[in-house]
Amino acid sequence: MSGKMQIKLKVNGEDHEFLAEPRELLVHALRERLNLTGSHVGCETGHCGVCTVTLNGKSVKSCTMFVAQADGAELTTVEGMGSPDNLHVLQEAFREHHGLQCGYCTPGMIMRAAKLLEEIPNPTEEQVRFGMAGNLCRCTGYQNIVKSIMAAASEMNSAKEAAQ
Amino acid sequence: MIPAAFDYHRPNDLNGVISLLQEHGDDARVIAGGHSLIPLMKLRMAEVPHLIDLQSISELTGIESGSIIRIGAMTTQADIIDNASLASSAPILKEASLQIADPQVRYMGTVGGNVANGDPGNDMPGLMQCLDATFILRGPNGEREVKARDFYHAAYMTEREDDEVMVAVTFDAPKGGYAYEKQKRKIGDYATAAAAVIISKDGSTCKEASIAMTNLSDTPVFCGAASDALIGTSVSAEDIKNAVSSMIDAIDPAEDNRGPVEFKKHAAAVVLSRAIERAWQRA
Repeated sequence: MSGKMQIKLKVNGEDHEFLAEPRELLVHALRERLNLTGSHVGCETGHCGVCTVTLNGKSVKSCTMFVAQADGAELTTVEGMGSPDNLHVLQEAFREHHGLQCGYCTPGMIMRAAKLLEEIPNPTEEQVRFGMAGNLCRCTGYQNIVKSIMAAASEMNSAKEAAQ
Repeated sequence: MIPAAFDYHRPNDLNGVISLLQEHGDDARVIAGGHSLIPLMKLRMAEVPHLIDLQSISELTGIESGSIIRIGAMTTQADIIDNASLASSAPILKEASLQIADPQVRYMGTVGGNVANGDPGNDMPGLMQCLDATFILRGPNGEREVKARDFYHAAYMTEREDDEVMVAVTFDAPKGGYAYEKQKRKIGDYATAAAAVIISKDGSTCKEASIAMTNLSDTPVFCGAASDALIGTSVSAEDIKNAVSSMIDAIDPAEDNRGPVEFKKHAAAVVLSRAIERAWQRA
């Protein structure tokens, strides 16, 4: 029992293969094996959402998934969103609208918001609050997070219109 | 939090699952979305030497909706919320699913896991009792059907045998008005009290009614007497009070961090009154 297994993941477009015990949590594999430390470890009980990544098109909490379950999956983490020189629209909006204070929850917020805006490109404030309900922030009081996401949505929509 | 070590299996068909369950007996458990099981394993309140992942079994997914509705066990709450046909034939499923946990959990959480787990806090068991649903279980000797109203014995104790897998839930498309009303302390919490109600009317008289309650006993509570109390009435404030009082006799809440027994009975009365009112308006 408890042998290691070969795990394949495609993360931010890059293929990775490694040996791991099935019980290893996905968030630990991302952080400690692939050095993708943007996904944070917060409550470790599936409540706070700081470990949120996109896995096969779904927002998931990577602390509540074994690496074995993710074998074969395609993932996007916050490292796949933008770079310091070329921020994603959402990251730029969070900076512009002060959507963070300590920043600990921000990677999870960005990942969840990106998926939310993919599903609802033009959300109401209520839809943003409901769609972000799995991500906790202890600093901002959420007001500026909602504002940032609304601003990013409008920015993304104008960019889309301009392209057409 | 690191769980105890386990062997991981990801079979491609149900026969593979059942033979693993037979081989490993008590040492094996299936995992669907994992959002009940994984936290228990991390806390080491559950030890599972053989974990059998159901994610690759295509026959467990899918929603068929018509006059009879069938939902595969691995269908997620997000799948239910997004299914337009189901939202029109059985809208109570969407209303309830939107009140379960949070978006990330709803992408993973499944109908089968929710009903088979036997946690009194899960929302689908009460809902399935309200709908008079049938659960389809498959074991070494084939499939058998169990009514949702007969499935739950006690917390985490159900009619399912260790070598059986929950395959699907089926029920007749509900007629009339519906409501799923849930009181919870915060997003992601289980219900302090929740009520599932379906009502059909004939003119201004209640023709049929079905009421079930969540997290107010160690099993979901189908309230036959409360349902009967509405039938043949005009669902006046007085009639609702009578149904609520029958419901209070049927539940058996325990004191916990969501409050003392009296408070839970109060919350149960409030959610049921609201659910009946809303279902009646929609009938």
